Amino acid sequence: MSRLSWFNTVSLTLGFAFLYIPMIILIIFSFNESKLVTVWAGFSTKWYGELVQNEAFLDAAWVTLRVAVFSSTLATILGTAAAYVLVRGGRFFGRTLFSGMIYAPLVMPEVITGLSLLLLFIGIGLDRGILTIVLAHTTFSMCFVSVVVSSRLVTFDRSLEEAALDLGCSPGQAFRLVTLPIIAPAVVSGWLLAFTLSLDDLVIASFTSGPSATTLPIKIFSAVRLGVSPEINALSTLMIAVVTVGVITASLVTKRAMMRQKQDEQAAARTE
Amino acid sequence: MRRAVLIAIPYVWLLALFLVPFFIVLKISLSDTALAIPPYTPTLDFSEGWTGIKNFFSQLDLENFVWLTEDDLYWKAYLSSVKIALISTILTLIVGYPIAYAMARAPEEWRPTFMMLVILPFWTSFLIRVYAWMGILSNEGYLNQLLLWTGIISTPLTILNTNTAVYIGIVYTYLPFMILPIYSSLERMDGSLIEAAEDLGCSRMQAFWLITIPLSRPGIIAGCFLVMIPVIGEFVIPSLLGGSGTLMIGKVLWEEFFSNRDWPVASAVAVVLLLILVIPIVLFQRNQQKQTEAEQ
Repeated sequence: MSRLSWFNTVSLTLGFAFLYIPMIILIIFSFNESKLVTVWAGFSTKWYGELVQNEAFLDAAWVTLRVAVFSSTLATILGTAAAYVLVRGGRFFGRTLFSGMIYAPLVMPEVITGLSLLLLFIGIGLDRGILTIVLAHTTFSMCFVSVVVSSRLVTFDRSLEEAALDLGCSPGQAFRLVTLPIIAPAVVSGWLLAFTLSLDDLVIASFTSGPSATTLPIKIFSAVRLGVSPEINALSTLMIAVVTVGVITASLVTKRAMMRQKQDEQAAARTE
Repeated sequence: MRRAVLIAIPYVWLLALFLVPFFIVLKISLSDTALAIPPYTPTLDFSEGWTGIKNFFSQLDLENFVWLTEDDLYWKAYLSSVKIALISTILTLIVGYPIAYAMARAPEEWRPTFMMLVILPFWTSFLIRVYAWMGILSNEGYLNQLLLWTGIISTPLTILNTNTAVYIGIVYTYLPFMILPIYSSLERMDGSLIEAAEDLGCSRMQAFWLITIPLSRPGIIAGCFLVMIPVIGEFVIPSLLGGSGTLMIGKVLWEEFFSNRDWPVASAVAVVLLLILVIPIVLFQRNQQKQTEAEQ
């Protein structure tokens, strides 16, 4: 199994070509001189220049960023608590309903989530703006966080927590000193997932935002409806670049943390 | 005590912002459209006490649901959403399975890189990934330019704003959801099972159909649900890549709400969509639970 057969090589090559060629084309044509996006007319960075001067886009980007930071942080706290309760909480009243509410938003069509939250906000008289988008994003992304964190909690050696409790830790201390450091990589990737889900969301934000708060996806969507434009290509390229750098950094950091953890475990095994 | 608080906080949050809103949608779907703010009647008024509540319930009716069955548009949109979702799920499975299979067979040191390459598009904006295809598939787009240049066709193909473009868009954007669960079930598979089957006289194809496919079934099921369920209510792809002939219920709901401002009908559309989705969602949850239990 050390080498790939020709069939596997072909499917991997075609598969990754399919996944990446559209984005590569988009990036190349963001440096196009011409306003006609599909005709190459020479290298230029002028669309990036125009983008930086476009106040509407900058405002929307700022709103999006604030919403993403707040909602992903809240979602991480709530989602980690939910995962802990589901994996370690034992039996409690309404557990089935609770786990149902955790899994359902993962596959719920966004139009339904958006519509139902909007009707709730109007029903209780909450003005639509940044706050309502944050509440909406927190609700659906906490479920993603909880799935990521609970998959780590399931594989986690419970005797470590028990040892801490035997040695005199309170349950809170045991969680803070033992459980949290071990599940930390999953909590961090949960936060990153919640953050990107929030940055990315168009449908739920469209329902729950008011005229005072337009997010970047809403702005992009209304521009893109009119057709392909070089400015949107430039904006997309910037967003792809940020995500790529972020994901690669995050995966290197978690890889290093996991290696250190493994070394620590080996060292501990030796001293025994 | 502490445990109760820990359970209560996420529980109450989800009750208030996930479950209660559904009951509001249900209630408004039974109301009538009105020229008011909010644009529906009746609204619940507690100040009148018991008679107010009784009045409120007596004014609710199924009129909007009757309307959904009378107008062709709605049931055609439901049917065509389900059809598009089924076809695109099968297409995604056909494209995704060989990739997942090849990843699971790759040397161990390459697998994290392949994983990253599959996950990376998933982190990039969904909207941008759909938008990228608009430039490729349009009449003057890159695909037509390439095909005209190579002489395969002499007149540009119309792909953008057709259902074909919608299928391409769905397969492209949902592919990671199909690859990852299949890959994780294939990766866990014991390779010696295939060797044993071949030793016992199976051909390679037989071993694949009799052993690999059944063992990767939980992954296939999870992947298919993860693609099919959200695609039924998809909005972005049909509205950017589809044309006037592309009927999908997510788009209908959006237009009912934002263009027609008919909240009761939009709510009724949402309620029926949810009823359609209940069966696959329950099946999906059962599949997930079985898998988690198997892992524990």
